[in-house]
Amino acid sequence: METSKVICVVCPNGCEISVDHEIQDNELKVLNITGNKCERGEKYAESEIICPVRTLTSTVAIADGMFPRLPVKSAEPIPKASMMEAMKEIRKKKVTAPVFMGDVIISNVAGTGIDIIAEKNG
Amino acid sequence: MINVDVAIVGGGPAGLAAAIECRNSGCENILILERDKILGGILNQCIHAGFGLSFYKEELTGPEFAQRQINELKGTGIKVMTDTMVLSVSQEKVITACSVEGLVEIQAKAIILAMGCRERTRGMLRISGTRPSGIYTAGTAQRLVNVEGYMPGKEVVILGSGDIGLIMARRMTLEGAHVQGVYEIMPKSNGLKRNIVQCLDDFGIPLHLNTTAIEIHGKERVIGVTVARVNQNLQPIEGTEEFIPCDTVLLSVGLIPENELSLGCGIVMDPKTRGPKDYGAFATSVPGIFACGNAHHVYDLVDNVAKDAIKVGRTASEFVRGEVSE
Repeated sequence: METSKVICVVCPNGCEISVDHEIQDNELKVLNITGNKCERGEKYAESEIICPVRTLTSTVAIADGMFPRLPVKSAEPIPKASMMEAMKEIRKKKVTAPVFMGDVIISNVAGTGIDIIAEKNG
Repeated sequence: MINVDVAIVGGGPAGLAAAIECRNSGCENILILERDKILGGILNQCIHAGFGLSFYKEELTGPEFAQRQINELKGTGIKVMTDTMVLSVSQEKVITACSVEGLVEIQAKAIILAMGCRERTRGMLRISGTRPSGIYTAGTAQRLVNVEGYMPGKEVVILGSGDIGLIMARRMTLEGAHVQGVYEIMPKSNGLKRNIVQCLDDFGIPLHLNTTAIEIHGKERVIGVTVARVNQNLQPIEGTEEFIPCDTVLLSVGLIPENELSLGCGIVMDPKTRGPKDYGAFATSVPGIFACGNAHHVYDLVDNVAKDAIKVGRTASEFVRGEVSE
């Protein structure tokens, strides 16, 4: 069994969480999680060991908007390993106003099954 | 002369939360004055997630937090003037502002100051060297990248490890720049732990503690920065100097409440917070003038800004109704 230390990024508390894990039948299994102050922390720590994910935020070009860029984000956290691939798609994307908060800007970004959505009206 | 019950200077998260609460607690004639083209203040450029967990009970980005507040304004009858720069506030609660229609004067029964804060600049750090282009405060770079759509540079050094600097280290990396490192004069970062993890560690960006910039090089454009380790008295240690090549320097070295208007009005200031001295419940030394948000003191979290601004909105309404004595 191995123990990893994870600093939770879910909220500003930044809890230091200990995760006990080991490989069982060729699969990484989390056995025990301690040090988290909430349930979100437990979920985060487990995913950080099995498949780390992050909410990706960036901007896309927008025509006829108040400003040249529209802020966008992944509707759910995406695998850390897919972030740069997702950025390539985001960089190429152009939209035209009007756009509303929550509108899908790119669906299934980088094959993650997760959409990139608008953060605000533009 | 425009007459209002409550005038709010600044349409960022503090001003918006205060305005909405003024309305909810019975005030009807409310005016928000905002110098930018849109409401939302600094949240518009803080496109990253991590806002709203305690105020809205869900994780939002800065623009999402702002959009929610803006949506809450609908149907309230709260008046908004954007593109309007307040030039002065008087003790008689007369506001002079410059708008697209020209100079306007507003007589208010109560005023809420919500001008936010400004970043400390290179001049305040007294870093020696030349004055080439390529030196920005982290927040200016954030506005350029996230709102205006300009990349300030390709090879970046970040001085100071405040949250905006950490956030910009990630942002510049995602946009294809290379961040050499973050250099912090103190033995620990004053940024949030989660930002060290998700903005630096995730991208392999080194954080150099006890290290400061002693010289910026370059004639037309920045060509590099000399950094050195510092001793316990924060003085550079001879022999530890290192030249770091870069074309861009971002400064993330602290924030100061913006209070030109408060000073002009003769409001008593607090030398510690550098905001108006708090005479209880966010009242300033001038009866009927209140301060909230980063103009009052610099906050770490917008959630706390909004929570406190609600209290200020309530107090201002009570003042207008004559329930709060001078």
